[in-house]
Amino acid sequence: MVRSVAEVNGTPGLRQVFVPQPIMGKTPAELRAYVDGRDPISGRPVMEGVVRGLTQPFDAGEAGPAEFDRATPRLVEPDSEENLHRLFLANRWTDMLPIVLPTEARVAEMLAHTRRRPDEIVGRMRSTHFREYWAYSVEKVAVNAVMAGARPEYFPVILALAASGVTARSSSSSAMAAMAVVNGPVRHELEMNAGTGAMGPYNHANATIGRAYGLLSQNGQGGSVPGLSYMGNQGNSYAYNSLTFAENEERSPWEPFHVQHGLKAEESAVSVFSGVRATSFTLGLRERYWREHVRNLLRGIDPNGPPTLLLDPIAARQFVDRGGFAKKDALLDWLHDNARMPAGEYWDYQLVQNYIYPRATFGEEPWATWLKAAPEALIPMFRREDIHVVVVGGETNGYWRIMGCNYQKTISVDAWR
Amino acid sequence: MASLSVLNPVGFPPKVTRKALAPRLETLEGKTVYLVDCRFDDSDIFLGQMQAWLNQHLPGVRTILKRISSVYLHDDPTTWEEIKSRGHAAILGVGH
Repeated sequence: MVRSVAEVNGTPGLRQVFVPQPIMGKTPAELRAYVDGRDPISGRPVMEGVVRGLTQPFDAGEAGPAEFDRATPRLVEPDSEENLHRLFLANRWTDMLPIVLPTEARVAEMLAHTRRRPDEIVGRMRSTHFREYWAYSVEKVAVNAVMAGARPEYFPVILALAASGVTARSSSSSAMAAMAVVNGPVRHELEMNAGTGAMGPYNHANATIGRAYGLLSQNGQGGSVPGLSYMGNQGNSYAYNSLTFAENEERSPWEPFHVQHGLKAEESAVSVFSGVRATSFTLGLRERYWREHVRNLLRGIDPNGPPTLLLDPIAARQFVDRGGFAKKDALLDWLHDNARMPAGEYWDYQLVQNYIYPRATFGEEPWATWLKAAPEALIPMFRREDIHVVVVGGETNGYWRIMGCNYQKTISVDAWR
Repeated sequence: MASLSVLNPVGFPPKVTRKALAPRLETLEGKTVYLVDCRFDDSDIFLGQMQAWLNQHLPGVRTILKRISSVYLHDDPTTWEEIKSRGHAAILGVGH
């Protein structure tokens, strides 16, 4: 992974020295033992490698400028169906489930469901911030949509997801998945599911649109290969269909999610969330202790993965009845005010140290203010703008859950028809 | 067996141009070496130990432990400029 990142950033000759995993959580004495020890890759003493890396001259041509191109042909070498399936698996172009082979005829059928040109560039993706962006055309998105088993009429939703530029195959060692929420008339046109079983695996459109988004992400960005461009320590089964579903607008007491984000109710859109890892759940809201129960759920997720509540309509109405949250904004305010923990505890979270503390120390608000709080003072766990609510479910019961994840953007589907 | 023609699903890669690396130093003696903390997973503690090793074993080397200006997700040209103008070499520590 490290060598691959150096290479794609144009520094394949970068001198590297490795120490054992992990660094995190080790005492200074343990880390000193790493420094005094040997590089587990080269077998040499670590500091010998460091000093040599800084002082040993480069071989001829090692440090000079050069260029390399990894473009692949539009067509795969023709072969039997069986061999092509083997090839797609061997090249890690699949999610390890069977795929539909993207023949020219199948891809053409997919392309017929958008007015966009096949060679138009839809967007760019990369698996993480320190890798390079790859681009993909309308045709490339169609190829991956065919592979996922999507019907051609789903194509505008898949194009909108591709246009988000948000990868569903992050390389993060935290094993992220994406989540996609579809709003507007397209939900009915495609017979998407917003009710019982919406989050899987009981609807063809939900299943294959999300799968196409995942395949497009891994192939469009140039790969998602464990050890090379994927480091998710445990993996994430949400990634099989990028947790794609329709919002149950008709049974929601609040305005649809895409309307909250600037689109009209009669427009169709898809909203993308990244960093989906944690889930907590409960049943309904009890009259006496519902506030405490919700606070407990919120405290159970990592402060670096803000909450998106996925409420069955029964639970959504209970929030209205018990809390008086006639507007969703009122509920979001309450969640922000009630998701709190002692400042000392908050700042000691590893991911807060990694991602939020540095920003706080350079004055970024609201964290800079939170950093001034006494260790025992209760501070918010999340920024207000990072908390979201979506209504989904078939009212077979009032179960609801919280996803720890990051809302990224809402994309018009109509723009890709 | 019938032969099928299918399309390649892989996106379009950018051309990568190799960057010229800084010439290596003949010696570290009398030089300033930055240890750059990327602020991820306790890399500061690790680099502190590496700095202690350098101070102990190579006392003629001046070491500066430098934390990047924000999280690793953001480029930090100010720090890179400081290292170029005031330092002779840099060790980037990536904790994980």
